[in-house]
Amino acid sequence: MRPFNYQRPANAEEAVAMVDPMGVAGQGGAFLAGGTTIIDLMKLHVVTPPSLTDLGPVGLDEIEEGNDGTLHVGARVTMAKAAEHPAFRDRAPVLSEALWKAASAQLRNVATLGGNVLQRTRCPYFRDNVSPCNKRDPGSGCAAIGGINRLLAVLGTSEQCIANYAGDWANALILFDATVETMSGDGGREIPFADLHVLPEDHPERETVLGDDELITGYRLKIPGWARRSLYVKARDRDSYAFALASAAVALDMDGDTVREARIGLGGVATVPWRAREAEEFLSGQSLTEETAMRAGEIAFDGAQPYEHNAFKVPLGRNAVAKGLLDAASLDLAGEAQQ
Amino acid sequence: MTSSPERPSSPDRRGRVTRRGLLKGTAASSAAALGSYRAGAQEAQGGDPSGGETVHVQLTINGASHEFTLDVRTTLLDLVREQMDLTGTKVGCNHGQCGACTVLLDGVRINSCLMLAAAADGRSMTTIEGLGTQDELHPMQSAFIENDGFQCGYCTPGQIMSAVGCVTEGHAGDEAEIREYMSGNLCRCGAYKGITNAVAQARDDTLEWAEAT
Ligand SMILES: Cc1cc2nc3c(=O)[nH]c(=O)nc-3n(C[C@H](O)[C@H](O)[C@H](O)COP(=O)(O)OP(=O)(O)OC[C@H]3O[C@@H](n4cnc5c(N)ncnc54)[C@H](O)[C@@H]3O)c2cc1C
Ligand code: FES
Ligand code: FES
Repeated sequence: MRPFNYQRPANAEEAVAMVDPMGVAGQGGAFLAGGTTIIDLMKLHVVTPPSLTDLGPVGLDEIEEGNDGTLHVGARVTMAKAAEHPAFRDRAPVLSEALWKAASAQLRNVATLGGNVLQRTRCPYFRDNVSPCNKRDPGSGCAAIGGINRLLAVLGTSEQCIANYAGDWANALILFDATVETMSGDGGREIPFADLHVLPEDHPERETVLGDDELITGYRLKIPGWARRSLYVKARDRDSYAFALASAAVALDMDGDTVREARIGLGGVATVPWRAREAEEFLSGQSLTEETAMRAGEIAFDGAQPYEHNAFKVPLGRNAVAKGLLDAASLDLAGEAQQ
Repeated sequence: MTSSPERPSSPDRRGRVTRRGLLKGTAASSAAALGSYRAGAQEAQGGDPSGGETVHVQLTINGASHEFTLDVRTTLLDLVREQMDLTGTKVGCNHGQCGACTVLLDGVRINSCLMLAAAADGRSMTTIEGLGTQDELHPMQSAFIENDGFQCGYCTPGQIMSAVGCVTEGHAGDEAEIREYMSGNLCRCGAYKGITNAVAQARDDTLEWAEAT
């Protein structure tokens, strides 16, 4: 690890005032939450912040429900705590499942929801700190496009970068029209969660719309009653403790066999947390059968661009969507309610 | 470091030539072979002339309070192994990918390789050395022995600490749940069957132990 200064603010306002300008590509200052992304990358010298501003003392670690049913989820709630919170587990299982199917119990005990959505790609060329990588070293090129790109994205890529967004929870959160609440020297704002991450295009080093001193304080979302019919399908190289090769977050509002509304998020296959809106629109008003579920999967991957080693992600992702839809439709919610 | 930690009694201290003694005796020659981990640890101990900031940290380790002045880059794993000589906690990947470094922090299992000691200031850590004693093993330690929960033993301290966490978090309900919630600990020897059986066997006694402590 390169030397850095360690700063311990007393509260969120102090944290924002203290943090060195964060910049892009990880060379500026940074907040330290659970540290499971940033300490890892600092050991690899992939990021070399001059200082870390520890969020340990700032609170923001509760999930609260307002009178109108809006959930306020603090940025420092751990993945472990959120996975078991009844607001997620019982009312929108996809938000719980995408957490407990991620990383390991040890990591989830410290990793926070703020750090989670901002985790960096697992692209091996980004992490090796040697290969050309426009995300790590802007303008140097992309070793992944012509390299071993088995793990990388097929949706939302550009000629500068095909690194996939590796996280799980963001693909579930994006289903619920959540917003991100932030604080910065200028005050704060509320950003639609779907607008937080930006496509790589010509500047893959820039991953979010967050400013140089902008702290995520939490998320706001409203969980519709029908979200009990939701789940997370995660296909990976081993059964547990592995990133997604392809995943599908699915929530369904059903009227008998007919879809009133479907929401579908994709993970492991895209450069940012991904919502498959065309597939959702196709399903609305359809009866859900194996055929329509497969068709929705196909639509979700319309326009996918596979590379030499990751073409398998297209059928894998389509099938994950279809499986998610069919499994969600057949959830026995009445039976569960009786338990 | 301003403390003088109690060392657990072990045969190493009685002057026998042990594997650990041999390793220490050849530290200079093995430093290169061990590569980045040793280099990282030396940096973290202030060996890097460019120098990191130093921080003052208080930690309770296995029940005793200690104070340290540390290079800020020191992780909890560096701290217990390099400063406290508590080498039961193992270094595997050093990146959160294997679980060999698992310890309990305020009773909750974490990967000590990814936690800065500075960020744990004021908290309480339990390592494998603090779980049982030579004469009275923790029920999870006994269960690992009885169920052949290891072969080479390298992953074992991490497995046992993780197993205690798995039980106290309430995720040792059945075999499938144990497998899922123990997945953060890899075993290259593949002793998973014995590990799973050990966790199931020691579950109730571990819950009693947790209530008593
Ligand atoms: C071996 C391994 C396996 C993993 N497997 C998975 C997996 O299967 N699925 C998955 O989804 N994830 C996985 N992860 C990633 C893990 O979930 C993330 O590392 C973790 O969620 C990051 O949270 P943190 O609190 O530790 O973040 P940190 O490492 O502390 O921070 C991450 C980044 O976010 C910034 N940041 C943190 N909090 C805030 C805030 N409130 N406001 C603004 N900026 C902030 C930091 O400055 C830093 O740049 C894995 C990680 C490891 C090491
Ligand atoms: S050494 Fe910490 S997880 Fe491998
Ligand atoms: S017993 Fe050898 S690695 Fe697990």
